[in-house]
Amino acid sequence: MIPASFDYHAPGSLPEALALLSKYGDEAKVLSGGQSLLPLLKLRLGQAGHLIDIGRIPGLEYVREDGGMLRIGGRTRESVLERSELVRSKYPILVDTAKVIADPLVRNMATVGGNLAHGDPGNDHPATMLALGALVVATGPKGERVISIDQFFLGLFRTALRSDEVLTEIRIPVPPARSGGAYVKLERKVGDYATAAAAAQVTLDAKGVFERVGLALTNVGPTPIKASDAEKFLVGKRPEVATLAEAAQRASRAASPSADRRGSVEYKRDMARVLSGRALKLAVERAGGR
Amino acid sequence: MQPKTTPEVGGMGHSMKRKEDPRFIRGKGNYVDDIVLPDMLWMDIVRSPFAHAKIKSINAEKAMKVPGVLAVITGETLAKYNLHWMPTLMSDTQMVLPTEKVMYQAQEVAAIIATSRYAAADGVDAVEVDYEPLPVVVDPFKALEPSAPVLRTDKKDKKDNRIFHWEAGDRAGTQKAFAEAEVVVKQDLYIPRIHVASIETCGCIADFDRVNGKLTVYMTTQAPHAIRTVFALVAGHVGLSEERIRIISPDIGGGFGGKVPVYPGYVIAVAASVVIGKPVKWIEDRMENLQADSFARDYHITAELAAKKDGTITALRMKTLADHGYADAAANPSKFPAGLFSICTGSYDVKKAFVEVDGVYTNKPPGGVAYRCSFRVTEAVHAIERITDVLAQQLKMDPAEIRMKNFIPKEKFPYKSVLGWEYDSGDYPRALQLAMEKIGYAALRKEQAEKRARGELMGIGICSFTEIVGAGPSKQFDILGIKMFDSCELRVHPTGKAIARFGTKSQGQGHETTYAQIIAEELGIPASAVQVEEGDTDTAPYGLGTYASRSTPTAGAAGAMAARKVREKAKKIAAHLLEVSEDDLVWETGKFSVRGAPQRSKTIQEIAFAAYTNHPQGMEAGLEAVDYYDPPNLTFPFGSYICVVDIDRGTGVVKIRRFVAVDDCGNIINPMIVDGQIHGGLTMGMAPALLEEISYDENGNIQGGSFMDYLVPTAMETPAWETGKTVTPSPHHPFGAKGVGESATVGATPAIANAVVDALAHLGVKHLDIPITPEKVWRILKEKGVAE
Amino acid sequence: MAMHTIRVTVNGTAHDAQVESRLLLVHLLRDQLRLTGTHIGCDTTHCGACTVLLDGQPVKSCTVLAVQADGRQVSTVEGLEKDGKLHPLQEGFWEKHGLQCGYCTPGMMMTSCALLARNKTPSEGEIREAISGNLCRCTGYVNIVKAVQYAAERLR
Repeated sequence: MIPASFDYHAPGSLPEALALLSKYGDEAKVLSGGQSLLPLLKLRLGQAGHLIDIGRIPGLEYVREDGGMLRIGGRTRESVLERSELVRSKYPILVDTAKVIADPLVRNMATVGGNLAHGDPGNDHPATMLALGALVVATGPKGERVISIDQFFLGLFRTALRSDEVLTEIRIPVPPARSGGAYVKLERKVGDYATAAAAAQVTLDAKGVFERVGLALTNVGPTPIKASDAEKFLVGKRPEVATLAEAAQRASRAASPSADRRGSVEYKRDMARVLSGRALKLAVERAGGR
Repeated sequence: MQPKTTPEVGGMGHSMKRKEDPRFIRGKGNYVDDIVLPDMLWMDIVRSPFAHAKIKSINAEKAMKVPGVLAVITGETLAKYNLHWMPTLMSDTQMVLPTEKVMYQAQEVAAIIATSRYAAADGVDAVEVDYEPLPVVVDPFKALEPSAPVLRTDKKDKKDNRIFHWEAGDRAGTQKAFAEAEVVVKQDLYIPRIHVASIETCGCIADFDRVNGKLTVYMTTQAPHAIRTVFALVAGHVGLSEERIRIISPDIGGGFGGKVPVYPGYVIAVAASVVIGKPVKWIEDRMENLQADSFARDYHITAELAAKKDGTITALRMKTLADHGYADAAANPSKFPAGLFSICTGSYDVKKAFVEVDGVYTNKPPGGVAYRCSFRVTEAVHAIERITDVLAQQLKMDPAEIRMKNFIPKEKFPYKSVLGWEYDSGDYPRALQLAMEKIGYAALRKEQAEKRARGELMGIGICSFTEIVGAGPSKQFDILGIKMFDSCELRVHPTGKAIARFGTKSQGQGHETTYAQIIAEELGIPASAVQVEEGDTDTAPYGLGTYASRSTPTAGAAGAMAARKVREKAKKIAAHLLEVSEDDLVWETGKFSVRGAPQRSKTIQEIAFAAYTNHPQGMEAGLEAVDYYDPPNLTFPFGSYICVVDIDRGTGVVKIRRFVAVDDCGNIINPMIVDGQIHGGLTMGMAPALLEEISYDENGNIQGGSFMDYLVPTAMETPAWETGKTVTPSPHHPFGAKGVGESATVGATPAIANAVVDALAHLGVKHLDIPITPEKVWRILKEKGVAE
Repeated sequence: MAMHTIRVTVNGTAHDAQVESRLLLVHLLRDQLRLTGTHIGCDTTHCGACTVLLDGQPVKSCTVLAVQADGRQVSTVEGLEKDGKLHPLQEGFWEKHGLQCGYCTPGMMMTSCALLARNKTPSEGEIREAISGNLCRCTGYVNIVKAVQYAAERLR
C-alpha cells in the first residue's frame, strides 16, 4: 500500500503547471482528485516520476451556465456536482452519474475532469458525457483546444488529452425543452465499477417523437461506447415499449464486454440491453413523455 | 427476562453501556499497529506469484542497497535454527519460509527488515526471486486422482494428497434405512472458500530483550496462552523458555477465527528480533491478509435424506471433500479434523445417520475454520437446511411444516443425537412459531402466490438451526493436547472493588462488560467496579482463547464459579463478623444477613474490608479465587430465521426485503450486546450467501484477493435486521447461558439461499450454490424463459 | 528524493513536518503526529477506516498525500471531544452500542460528523448512504445507524 518514490510539485498557476508537464513529459502525471492515480501508485501498478498537483490552482472548480452551455471546471469535485442546485434541477443525469461513482468519501476528492481524463472505461462520466454530446476543453502551452467528446476516448487508458495538457473545463449544451436524461448503473456493491451501465439523454419534439437521442454504455468495451445505431434508430420514432426494446437490443449489440468477476460476456451484453432500456424509459419520463 | 439486580449493580439482563467504549470512541484504542517501541524495526514480506514452484535462487543484492534495509531473511536463514518449518494446530506441518519450493500463491518467500515502513516496502520490491513453476493442483477431486502430482514431497513416504478420513455414525444402518425409504433426495453442494477480512489485518511486534532473555510479542491473537506454549515448544531449542515468553494481545480489531492460527509472519518477526536484538514490527496489508491468511469453508458436500412420504425424515447421509490448501492448519480441536460437522442432523430427530469427511491437499493457502463458523457448523447447517428444503420441495410440503414435523420435541431434551452429541436444551417449535408470527408468514405465502400469477419473483426462506458451542469438555476436546477448559482469577480489594482476569480474549465481543456483569450477578459488586482484564499471558490465568463462541460457556462459567468460591469465603467472614454460624446466614445480592433478623447483615464491601483488616484467625487474609472450568458438555444455542427476497427479472439481482432472526442463547447477560452479535453475525452470513467468494483459476491464481473483488457488504447492501428471542436456559451451565457469537452467521446463509431457491422453485429450481450472484440467477431466468 | 516542509493544522493545532512526497496523510497522522485513532484497514481506498475531515469534508486519508494537506485543516477522532465533553456522536456510539471492536469507529464517526453538519435530520437511508464508504465487520450497521440518529437528535 506504499507507493514508490516520486517528486511532487504544487504549481500555483496553470502556466506553471503546463511548464512542468512540458518539462517532465512522460514522467509526469497530473494529480487532480488522486482517487484513480494514487491507488495505482500505491499498488505499484503504475509509475510516475513527477506528480504535478493542480490542486492549488485557482479557478478550476465551478459549475455554471453561460453562453448556452453548462460549464463544469475540470477540478470540480464529484460531491459538489452531486449537490449543486443547478445540476439537480436541470441535469439529473449528472446527479445519477455522480452519485454512483465509487463511494461518498471518494467523491469528496475525485474530480469530474479526472474521471474523464483517466481514460478508464469503468469510469462513469464518460458514457454520460457521450450521451450529452459534451465538449472537453484541454489547455496546453499553446492555449485551449476544444475537443468533441466523440473524439476524446481513443482506447484503454488513452484519451485525446496530450501529455502537456490539463483538462480544464467540460461543456454541456443546455438541453432544449422536452429533454430528459438518466444514468442507470448495475454494480455488485456500492463502490464497485459498473458491471454495465447506460446513459441516455433524449429530446422529444412537440409531437412527442424522438428528436435527439444520446445513448452510451459504461464498462462494456475498452472505451465508453456510443450506441450510435440505437440512437439513429430512435430518431423520428415514438417512445413506445417495443421501440425502446428494439433500441436497447441494438445498444447491446454495440457492446464488446470482457469477461471478469463482474460477469460473463453474455451477461454483460444482456445487462447493456436491460440498462439501456431502463435509462431510455427514465429519460423519456423526465422529458415529459408517456 | 427480568434482571434480578438493580441497574446500579448491573448484573445479568441489563443492557448496560460497555465499559471498554471510552477509549475506542476517543480513538485511544491500543491496537498492535498503534504501539511503538524504542529502536523498533519494520518487517515486510516477499511473496510468491506462483502457486507451485521451485525456488531456484533468491537475490537480495539490490534489496540490501535500498536505503534503510538492514537484512533479508530467507528459508536458509531460518533453517540454521530449524525454524523454517513449524507444526500446525492440527499436528500437520507448514513452512515458515521455504527452502525448496512454494506451494501457494502469495506464500511467504523472504522477509525484509528495515528502519521504516516505507523502506521495508521498497526492499520487498527489490528482491529478485527466480522460480521454476511446477504443475499446479487446484481441483480437490483431481488431487485425489492417481495421476495427480504429490504436493507434500517434504513428507517422507507420502504417495498421495490425502490428509485425513473422518467418519461418524452408523454406515450400515444408514444404508439400510436409505434402501427401505419411501422417498430419497440427494443434492451436491459446494460451499466456497471465503475470508474473514476483519477490518484490522494481522500483525505483531516481536521484542526480544537480550539482557533479560525475555521475548515479548504484541500480537493480533485470539488465543495468547496457546501461542505462548506453541512458541516455547517450537523454539525451545533456540533458547526461548515459556516463563520468559510473554504474549500480549492488546485491542484487536475483529478476529472471527482469523486471528487464531500462528502465521509465518509472526515466527519470522520473532526470529528476526531474537537475532537482531531489537523490536521488529510486522503488519500485513489487506491483500496479504486475503491471499495468505487462514480461509474458511471450501467444502464439497453430497447430502442425502431418506424420508417417509409424509415428510418424516428417517435417515441422513453426508459425504464431504474438504479442500485444506497445502497444509492442514485449521484450528480445530485435535480429535475433530472436520470440526463439529457431525451436528449436521441439525434440529431434527434423525434416527439413522452417517457422515464422512475426507481432507485433501491443494496448492492454496492452509487453514479452514476462520470465519465465524463454530468449527464447521456453518457448513453442517447449510447442508442440512438445504437438503431439508430439497425434501420439502420434492414432497410439495411447506418448509415450515416439514421442520415442525421433524423437530426434536422439547420433552426429549437432553437429547442424544445419533452422531453422538447430547443437546442440552431446546424448544425449536417455539422459535420457529415466533419467527413466523413476526414476519407474517401466512400473509407472505399469500402474497407470493399472487405475485407468481403476475410473473413476479418473490421467495421466503427458513433456516432452523442448532448450534454447538463452548468447546469443550476435557474428555473430548484439546488443541495440541492442551485441554479446552477456561479460567478466571478473581480478586476483591479491601474497598470492595474487584479485578477479574480471564483466559479468553475479546476482539469486540464486550467481555470487559459482560464478565463484570457475571461477577456483579454473583457477588453484588457493581459491574462498574469490576475491572476485567484479558490477553497478557504474564498475568492472565491459562485459557484457550476466544473463538467458536466458547467464551461465555467456558470462561464466563469460570467467572461465576470463581465468584461463588469468593462468596463461600465471604460467608465465613460474614459469620465471623456477625458472630453466628454459617448456617444461620442468608444471601441476597450483595449481602449476607442473619436468618430471621435481616437488619443484622454485612455487605460484600464490608466483608471485603474485613478480609484484609479483621479476618478470622486460622483463615488466610484476602478475598480471591481461581477457577479452571472444565465444561461438562457443550451448549446448544438455536434459532429460526426467515428471509424474504425479491428478484429483479432483468438483472437477476436478489434484494432482501425483510429478515427476521429469532435466537435462543439461554440466559442473556447483556441483551444489547447479544443483539449486536446477532446483527454482525447476520451480515457475515449474508455476505457468503450473495457476495463473497475466493476462488482460483487453473494456475492457482487467486480470484477475489483484494477488496476490489472480495465484496464485503456496506451499509447499503445490508438490510435492517429484525431480531427476536426465546430463552431456554442451558441446564448444565452455571447461569444457564449458551454462546451466541456465531449463531447468526450459521443461520443466515441457509435462510437466504433457501429464500432464493424458493423464489424460483415454481420454475423447477431445486438448488443454487452460494454465492448467489445476479448472473447465476439471470442464467436460470433466461433458461426458464422468464427474464425481462 | 526531495523532502517537503509542510504545515498541517490538525484538530486546531498547527504542525510543521518534513515529509517525503509519497508520505500518505494517514501515515503523517499516525506515525509522525502519533494520532493513532485514525486506522488503516485495506491497501487502498476501500474500507474507510482512515477517514478524516479535510477542510470539513470526509476523505480517505490513505488516498491523500501529506503534501496535499499543506496549509489545510484536518480533523480526526481525537478532536471530537472538547474540554472533556464528548461529542454527541461519541455519546451516541456509546449509548447505542454502535461499536464492537472499535476499529472502524473513528472513520464512521468522522463521516457521520460531516453528514450531520450538512443534514440535521438524516433518514435511515441517508445515513446508510453516507457511511457506504466505511466498512464494518462487527456490527452489521444497525446500531451505527441508531448511534447517528441519537446524535442527530442531540444536536438539534
